[in-house]
Amino acid sequence: MTEHQHVENIVNRPARPVGIVGYGAYVPQFRLPGTEISRVWKGEPSAGPVKEKAVAGLDEDVITMSIEAARNALARSGVSPQLLRAVWIGSESHPYAVKPSGTIVAEAIGAPSHIQAGDWEFACKAGTEALVAAMGLVGSQMGDYALAIGMDTAQGKPGDALEYTAASGGAAFIIGPAEEALATIDAQYSFVSDTPDFWRRAHQKYPEHGQRFTGQPAYFMHVASAAGSLMEKMELTPEDFAFAVFHQPNEKFPTRVAKQLGFKPEQYKDGLLSPVIGNTYAGASLVGLTAVLDIAKPGDRILVTSYGSGAGSDAFVITAQDALPERRGAALSTQDYIARRTEIDYATYARYRGKIAMR
Amino acid sequence: MSTKHTDVVIAGIGQIPVGEHWGKTLRQLAADAILPALVDTAGVRPQVMYVGNMLGVSASRQANLGALLTGDVGLTGLEGVTVEAADASGGAALRAGYQAVLSGAVDAALVVGVEKWTDVIGPESETFLSQMLDADYEAAQGLTPLSLAGLLFHRYLQEYDADRNAFAGFPEVAHANGATNPNAMFQRAMREGAYARAADAAEVLNLFDVAPYADGAAAVVLTREDALPKDWDKPKVKIIGSSLVTDTLSIHDRPAPLVWEAARLSVERACRAAGVLPGDMDFFEYHDASSLHAALSLEAAGFASQGQGWMLAKPDVIGLTGQIPVATFGGLKARGHPLGATGVYQAVEATLQLRGAAGANQVQDARLGMIQSMGGMAATAVTHVLTV
Repeated sequence: MTEHQHVENIVNRPARPVGIVGYGAYVPQFRLPGTEISRVWKGEPSAGPVKEKAVAGLDEDVITMSIEAARNALARSGVSPQLLRAVWIGSESHPYAVKPSGTIVAEAIGAPSHIQAGDWEFACKAGTEALVAAMGLVGSQMGDYALAIGMDTAQGKPGDALEYTAASGGAAFIIGPAEEALATIDAQYSFVSDTPDFWRRAHQKYPEHGQRFTGQPAYFMHVASAAGSLMEKMELTPEDFAFAVFHQPNEKFPTRVAKQLGFKPEQYKDGLLSPVIGNTYAGASLVGLTAVLDIAKPGDRILVTSYGSGAGSDAFVITAQDALPERRGAALSTQDYIARRTEIDYATYARYRGKIAMR
Repeated sequence: MSTKHTDVVIAGIGQIPVGEHWGKTLRQLAADAILPALVDTAGVRPQVMYVGNMLGVSASRQANLGALLTGDVGLTGLEGVTVEAADASGGAALRAGYQAVLSGAVDAALVVGVEKWTDVIGPESETFLSQMLDADYEAAQGLTPLSLAGLLFHRYLQEYDADRNAFAGFPEVAHANGATNPNAMFQRAMREGAYARAADAAEVLNLFDVAPYADGAAAVVLTREDALPKDWDKPKVKIIGSSLVTDTLSIHDRPAPLVWEAARLSVERACRAAGVLPGDMDFFEYHDASSLHAALSLEAAGFASQGQGWMLAKPDVIGLTGQIPVATFGGLKARGHPLGATGVYQAVEATLQLRGAAGANQVQDARLGMIQSMGGMAATAVTHVLTV
């Protein structure tokens, strides 16, 4: 094997070209402002890493929210759920430790029984990992359509720095043949390493994190490596992209990495939702992508890069296609969900998110 | 005691950049500083290694550093032992090396300060750091070095009616000097107004008032002047005064908590041994663990009267071209404060100054300098006077 072939092989491009034939977002309506968290925990309201975060209601969890997003994706795709060959959900807040979310969502949306249905775990990049698997399934022609979802009701320990950002929401994508796509996925590249920056062990209620270690050696190293290498291998530069979306645990990290890579605010601002919905973990980069697909013009190229602690990044080069503008009106836009806002106080949040231990 | 006077010379120096060395263990950090120091000596072989370290046992679960580090650098069999005096460990190890050489017990001593700290985070980190305080009467009550400094700073401002904003000069000078030190943790000058905008670290003390938690390692080799190789061609930087003084560990046992008596006495004794006065110094590497430390150590050393140390916090007084340059490579604030390594960094930096090898950080015509390392709230103070 020559060096040249080796380099070519690290970018994932399925034998059969694939794309996004349908997409859908879901962001719950409740919002908890950062000033409300600091009021309770610091004694006075002060600015946090994001303005506010989206909070799932009492009757919502990763399964119900995945169903909402999947229905939106199906509506935009026009594909019958009977044609799906996989329902894969990436999350770090699956309601069950053992028992798949995938089967519940599959039945709820009317998918048949002869499908793959399972859950993915890779901290905040579990959703994009499911997306890469769906690319593989469709790209290998094992099936024509696969549903990949990234969705979370993220857990932030009360009083911890993470509580300001740990939010609820996500997005669903139906991957299918490129010729039917609203946006083609032209290439994909991943970069992973054993980097323990954030974790939650079995039976623990809240995750722990390595404070400053979550920055340079974790988020920045992996995001910049994945996005930078993919652009390099594709011989693309930031100027070739209309939009860039990055995993967004707060406002600062994606902004900084975007600038490091050479992107300008007009390229990353539309996909940067964390300031108003918080960090939706496995849903974060994907819900950002839906906001961009809601406004992209045919031919616009989009760079999407996720980040999951532990650690790794998946980067995608996506190109909007002619069918996108006419189909996106089939479901609520991501900004519609963001506008649907009901502010809650900390006590209501504590009740909704089960922060109060009754026993 | 009458011994033949023999000068103790700093024959070799080594240091690594101070920072968050998440990819390196304590032993790697130490070796990275020791090996260049041995190379710098041009052939002087030490017979003893003193290791300045505070957190090896807690943060790295590693004791017996003498055996560990001598073996790691190919000096198995060498006498080696840890010297611990909280964040004065480096200064205390330097003094141990100085005494060993001065006494004639050895021809040459290797002194290494090493700290591996930043892999430990949150409450565990604060718990380990607080071991420098009185465990029964301070740490157990919830005091940390930072909160204690904050309380003392509060009292300082109140008792002396000091101008709170004037303290900005301490970090501003430190960061300006750190900007040109490739081994500094922060190599950037402070922005206009940054001090006023900084968030609190511990009430009254803001983030620019306190030295950062950091990993680091620095090493020096000490020898007798007559044991130097014949072809020795570097300027002979000599230690001509050394003193270690302790005070009560708890602040509450001191009649005047804003007077750092150990710091004052160790300066006085080191200067007396050297036959010089603090006012003769061309520079002073002080222990600016916080802006409060900076003010109190300037007062203790006699550069300012009690309650007036803060008035010196101006670039034209303590900057590189000022009356008494301090923190010439950034000090604890900008170079970083790797606890037990800090005192040895000061020795390395003073050597660079006196060799005239400080580059952009050079204090013009530096011939005489003083370095001071403090453990806890100056419960231990180690002062050395160096000349060339």
